[in-house]
Amino acid sequence: MKLELRDITKRFGSLVANDRISLTVEPGEIHCLLGENGAGKSTLMNVLYGLYRADEGEILLDDEVQHFTGPGDAIAAGIGMVHQHFMLLPVFTVAENVMLGDEATGFAGSLDLDAAGKRVAEISKQFGFHVNPSSVIEDLPVGVQQRVEIIKALSRDAEVLVFDEPTAVLTPQETDELMGTMRQLKEAGKAIVFITHKLREVREVADKITVIRLGKVVGEASPTASNQELAAMMVGRPVELTVHKDPPQLGEDALVVDNLRVIDALGHVHVDNLSFTIKRGEVLAVAGVQGNGQTELTEALLGLQDHVTGSIKLDGKELVGRSVRKILDAGVGFVPEDRQEDGLVGNMTIAENLMLNRSFDEPFVRNGSLQLDKLDEFATQKLKEYDVRAPGITTNAGNLSGGNQQKVVVARELSRDLRLLVAAQPTRGVDVGSIEFIHTQIVATRDSGVPVLVVSTELDEVVALADRIMVLYRGRIVGIVPPDTPREVLGLMMTGERPEGAVA
Amino acid sequence: MSTSASTPVTPSPAEEEIVLPEVTVVDRKAAVMFGVLTVGLALLLILAPQEGDTSFRLKAPNDFIELPTITVPSTPTAWVLTLACALCTAAAIVLYTQKRKTPIWLVIVFALAWMTGFLTWAAAGGTVPVVGLLGGSLAVAVPLVFGALGGVLGERAGVVNIAIDGQLLFGAFAAAMIGSLAGTWAGLGASMVAGLLVASVLGLFAIRYFVDQVIVGVVLNVLVIGLTSFMFSQVLAPNAASLNSPPRFRAVPIPVLGEIPLIGPIFFRQTVIVYILYITVALVTWTLYRTKWGLRVRAVGEHPKAADTVGIKVNRTRFRTILLAGAIAGMGGAFYTLVSVPQFNREMTGGAGYIALAAVIFGKWDPIRATLAALLFGFASNLQGVLSVIGSPVPSQFMLMLPYVVTIFAVAGLVGRSRAPAADGIPYRAGGQ
Repeated sequence: MKLELRDITKRFGSLVANDRISLTVEPGEIHCLLGENGAGKSTLMNVLYGLYRADEGEILLDDEVQHFTGPGDAIAAGIGMVHQHFMLLPVFTVAENVMLGDEATGFAGSLDLDAAGKRVAEISKQFGFHVNPSSVIEDLPVGVQQRVEIIKALSRDAEVLVFDEPTAVLTPQETDELMGTMRQLKEAGKAIVFITHKLREVREVADKITVIRLGKVVGEASPTASNQELAAMMVGRPVELTVHKDPPQLGEDALVVDNLRVIDALGHVHVDNLSFTIKRGEVLAVAGVQGNGQTELTEALLGLQDHVTGSIKLDGKELVGRSVRKILDAGVGFVPEDRQEDGLVGNMTIAENLMLNRSFDEPFVRNGSLQLDKLDEFATQKLKEYDVRAPGITTNAGNLSGGNQQKVVVARELSRDLRLLVAAQPTRGVDVGSIEFIHTQIVATRDSGVPVLVVSTELDEVVALADRIMVLYRGRIVGIVPPDTPREVLGLMMTGERPEGAVA
Repeated sequence: MSTSASTPVTPSPAEEEIVLPEVTVVDRKAAVMFGVLTVGLALLLILAPQEGDTSFRLKAPNDFIELPTITVPSTPTAWVLTLACALCTAAAIVLYTQKRKTPIWLVIVFALAWMTGFLTWAAAGGTVPVVGLLGGSLAVAVPLVFGALGGVLGERAGVVNIAIDGQLLFGAFAAAMIGSLAGTWAGLGASMVAGLLVASVLGLFAIRYFVDQVIVGVVLNVLVIGLTSFMFSQVLAPNAASLNSPPRFRAVPIPVLGEIPLIGPIFFRQTVIVYILYITVALVTWTLYRTKWGLRVRAVGEHPKAADTVGIKVNRTRFRTILLAGAIAGMGGAFYTLVSVPQFNREMTGGAGYIALAAVIFGKWDPIRATLAALLFGFASNLQGVLSVIGSPVPSQFMLMLPYVVTIFAVAGLVGRSRAPAADGIPYRAGGQ
């Protein structure tokens, strides 16, 4: 089935998310939609899927104009979508998720789970998936969950398949498998739209590339274009893709973690038997697929986890068992992985957000009242220093773009005297320009002699920043390796295999 | 790295199910609770000793097979049962130290031993009518169960139904008025319509206009109290003979089942509404877990966006579910005026809707468990009535607190870890706008 979008325009208030975007995808073709976070790719696909109504423009399938009033219409017309945030019910089984909305029923509307199970098995067999229809989604690894999303789309006979940032949560190996699946689908004659901001993947599978910036199509590119060319098109100016850093000036051991174990309230062990050290002036980057204990590790360092055993010593002082406030006072800076949830208060101003970790006493609080003059002066200076693009320091943090929000968080954390910096996913959902800036700041912090722990699921980021790489799998250390370890090896380690020579 | 088009899709190690190692986190709640209750019972026996024998009457009038009345010496029996409680407590402590969970049967054994021990002490020199105590509990629990079912349905679909009390009260009012005019069945139908009306207002504001569900619910309860009180004093009270004297549903014994000793008189010599209740519990459970409709209801309560992306109309599904929930809760109201007391009174539900709400949470949003929870609350209420008739040494004011104390303990202490439907109470705006 041929998909054509003509002059799609979508506005949210005064913001034009999509500005006259046109796109044609032929059957048996993988069409890449390349653009930064916030460029309008997902909005466009939500219009296609009937979740948003376009203000102008039309959608054509096999040259027929479509009028979608909701996702139900889009599905019926043969459009399937693999969402960035999986649209799966975590407490339902695979079969229940696949059948939802299109249920096979028996007597009096009773569910025919067997029929749904058969359908899952049928499609799994066709594409070589291994999915058990009666598994509960929340027990499955994300790679398998994604396959359930694909099966869900295929079970409704989708001819046009949209993959919205599908590789964000996958290991390199899983990514390769997904690429294989996409090629299989292409050979089966499906039209595929592949949304991403990762250049390597684009060049690997795309037949055609359309680049979107700030809601507009800025051009087409061929899959043979270089990374540099694609990145420049995407960002609108030449960008530096590598981080410049000097060899580390290592000091003595600063953070010593010994036999750390983190258990949640239900008894699941998320971090087990973790021992590592970080020296002054060193970046230890934690690699691993999301959900392998990274969140729990960083939260344990900050004192946010309740059931922690083992020891975390910073400059000889024990942190386990101390309150978050005490740990902050000990000089730990923390960039949380979800800035909207844990990093900022969206309804508070930039200035107020900048003093969140110093709300107890001097310099911003005296005798229980805020020192607004000092705060304003400080915030104005930080806004400039960290290049936060905002109308002013009284703008609500929630109204900033992802990159600028993250800069506010980084500015707050780095403007204290730090003895340890913990940065979790420091550039997730951040534009390329801000990524450059934040990376530079992290490297500068390390060069000033502070030990840094960076957690990232993006292998590129890990490799770019790390002086050593620690790979986590199911809450345990697979190995601690130098940053020049080949990507293939790191990828294997992320699935739990320990290659020869890796030191645990 | 590069892969060619012919890359075989091989299973990677990640495809095995991830099994995180688990450590059992045990709770000392059960052991502590057992200990406190056991000591409490022992203190009662020491500080307020009772003389005489206690009888437990197990038969009901007109029984086909008559069970004997059991008579035991009060104080020694109570001590034996206290000892049994102490043993259960010891077992719970041992299990805790061994990092094992307290099994449910131990809780049941403890509860039975404690309750019997308490009754033996409280009713010394008298007779405990076991059938009356338990059958009466069921009767008291009927509106609670209907209300809890309405609550479970609503919350499973993602709408918190605080207005259960209003639905019960309005149902009771409508059943009394229409029942007086057109008979019991019309009254029952009217109660369902009344509950549905209250639900439709809740739905309109909470689903259509995204008003905070808790606020709408509370306001609706107050509104219904005001409305029914006004109508009562202006319309029903002046014309009590024609508008506020509904006929009652009579108890209809079920042949054979009703003759089973002990169980028969408790469960199968009830009114039609109670039998409708049994069917409703079964139907709600079946539809919720086994039908297309139920799957969709659970989906919109768990992850409305996922439901939306497969073409399910989220808010329409929620609205329909809330209406059904209201009709079910309304039937509970009919029990007050068509069975318990054949007339409507101001605020006659006495906050039962809130207890039903507690049963929803205690029952972990599951229809069967919520029913059991409602029955427990019913038992606590009825115990108070029965004991005051026997003439127990416990001050009646203290006993009146019992159902509420049980509710607080149950919801706060015993419920354990439960997971509400993920989108419970969160309005859904299509298109994420």
